[in-house]
Amino acid sequence: MNIDLIIGIINIVLIATTPLVFAAIGELVTEKSGVLNLGVEGMMLVGAVTAFVTLVLTGSYILAFLISILSGLIMSGLFAYLVLILMSNQVATGLALTIFGIGLSSMIGKQFIGTPIQGLNPYFFIALSFAIVFGVSYFFYKTKKGLIFRAVGESHSSAHALGYSVIKIRLLGILFGGAMCALAGSYMSICYAPMWQENMTSGRGWIALALVVFSTWKPNRILIGAYIFGGVSIMQMNLQAFGLSIPGQFFNMAPYLATMIVLVLISSNKLRIKMSAPASLTKPFYKGR
Amino acid sequence: MFSYYPSIIVRGQPSVLMNIFVPVIAVLLTLFTGSIIFSLMGYNPIFALYTFFISPISNAYGVSELFVKATPLALIAIGLAYCFKNNIYNIGAEGQLTMGAIFGGGIGIYFYDVNSFWLLPLMIIVGAIGGAIWGMIPAFLKIKFNTNEILTSLMLVYIAILILDYLVVGPWKDPDGYSFPKTRAFSESARMPLLFQGLRVHFGLIITLILIFISWFVFSKTMFGFQLKVSGYSPIAARYAGFNQNTLIYLAFAICGACAGIAGLSEVSGPIGLLYRDISPNYGFTAIIVTFLGRLHPLGIILASLVIALTYLGAEDAQLFMQIPQAVGFVFQGLVLFYLLGADLLVNYKIVFKKNI
Repeated sequence: MNIDLIIGIINIVLIATTPLVFAAIGELVTEKSGVLNLGVEGMMLVGAVTAFVTLVLTGSYILAFLISILSGLIMSGLFAYLVLILMSNQVATGLALTIFGIGLSSMIGKQFIGTPIQGLNPYFFIALSFAIVFGVSYFFYKTKKGLIFRAVGESHSSAHALGYSVIKIRLLGILFGGAMCALAGSYMSICYAPMWQENMTSGRGWIALALVVFSTWKPNRILIGAYIFGGVSIMQMNLQAFGLSIPGQFFNMAPYLATMIVLVLISSNKLRIKMSAPASLTKPFYKGR
Repeated sequence: MFSYYPSIIVRGQPSVLMNIFVPVIAVLLTLFTGSIIFSLMGYNPIFALYTFFISPISNAYGVSELFVKATPLALIAIGLAYCFKNNIYNIGAEGQLTMGAIFGGGIGIYFYDVNSFWLLPLMIIVGAIGGAIWGMIPAFLKIKFNTNEILTSLMLVYIAILILDYLVVGPWKDPDGYSFPKTRAFSESARMPLLFQGLRVHFGLIITLILIFISWFVFSKTMFGFQLKVSGYSPIAARYAGFNQNTLIYLAFAICGACAGIAGLSEVSGPIGLLYRDISPNYGFTAIIVTFLGRLHPLGIILASLVIALTYLGAEDAQLFMQIPQAVGFVFQGLVLFYLLGADLLVNYKIVFKKNI
């Protein structure tokens, strides 16, 4: 094996894994505040299509990313209104967000399928994804605000009794998650693919949710999980290139099978999950107005 | 100066009246939002809503198509009710549907030249088994390894669809099919009998209605139904009462998988007649909305399946006659669920207006 090949593989892994890192770190922050948002896939798709369409219509990359992040904020804001103010079931609302996002994205992008664009160099975003993960880690474990944020996720009643605004902090957590998912989507449609296709995230949003469980809600481990995952996915592609006579569909199953195996390995230790998951996750907060 | 401001107060008991009215409110709000969306897109909202919701069912063929679409939705939704009553979030019905189609359809392909009365019943049973097996994998992983059933059941959807894809382009491909990714057509006796001459509505509807009736009986008259409900409301109370939670989880997943499997089989041996890649326009996911909109209640699920089936038909017509992308149907489905979940507040809380002094 020569050095060029190794560098080539590392390069591909970095490029392919970055959307998972963005989406997973966003969802981790949301879950740390005590809210489970299953709408990751939907927000990624809407983020991807809005970025793509904006780029095609205006030709501006900056505007494309800004509009995309705005779409993530709107989608997650809708979710936040339902689960925080109207106290709806978080699991069902997240599913609704994903179904809505799938429909909305394919409606918006219908006439842009196959439109060619000039892809953007991904390296800035790869660096950004590392910076965001380390930033989140610093925020959670080295700052007082981070401690308050985690307290809201662990015990909203205690945080409320101490005078912290549970709703406001959760809103920020949800909005951050939405922005990151949209960024993941826009990275996919503008840097990674670069194109728009219906359901182009093909389950990455759900894999990001699994990565949060894998990380046992610790930011830095998102990187470990995502890169193991990205490495395995790329390896299956290379095995295919070596001419193993296994049908392509079975190679395409690898990411989903790997996700299930990872979940089994990490979840089988019940105590570890119980100790690391935010204790108020999915519990609605009613302060008794 | 006095002014009044709204305030949310917990109800002592969930409101029965609101429980029935909230789904109606949700549908009406969706229609209202839909008309706004259509006007923003530059269409006449009245005409668009008419094209979407009334003209598709204004003749016998349209009504029959409504039932063709509602059949799999209602069947999967009643299965999901077993899971959701027990607070188990099985969202992989699409995969269980696909497995049912593969298992049952496999029988149909193997006996493609056999014409006999036992073929269809055998396919239905094998389809149900296929769906149930696929449904019990997340149950097994949840019980044995404590995995989150939402994620595992969803991963199994992607895997099932890839298996179907492999089969229809690989070993099961029609030898005379000019390399199209599809299988041989089933024999005549492997097809669901049509209920009316010239209309596509088929025997799957009868199966669905029977299974929904049985489910009504199970939910309201049997110990099993009671156990599901109790362990959904309060797992601690259920454990104290000595209910075996693991059995309940296995059964809920198996029943749901079997229902989805039969739904998949009744699609391929009903309107389709062979296996190919796109056997289901997201019925497995849309049925989640049907279950919630129908309030997990058999009668509610029947009504909700008709409403949601109409969004499929309406989206087809809107694309055909107004060039509105068909995906608008999924947007409407998402909106219904949003409004439903939001308006659910009225069931457990009431809004009072307090005087601000």
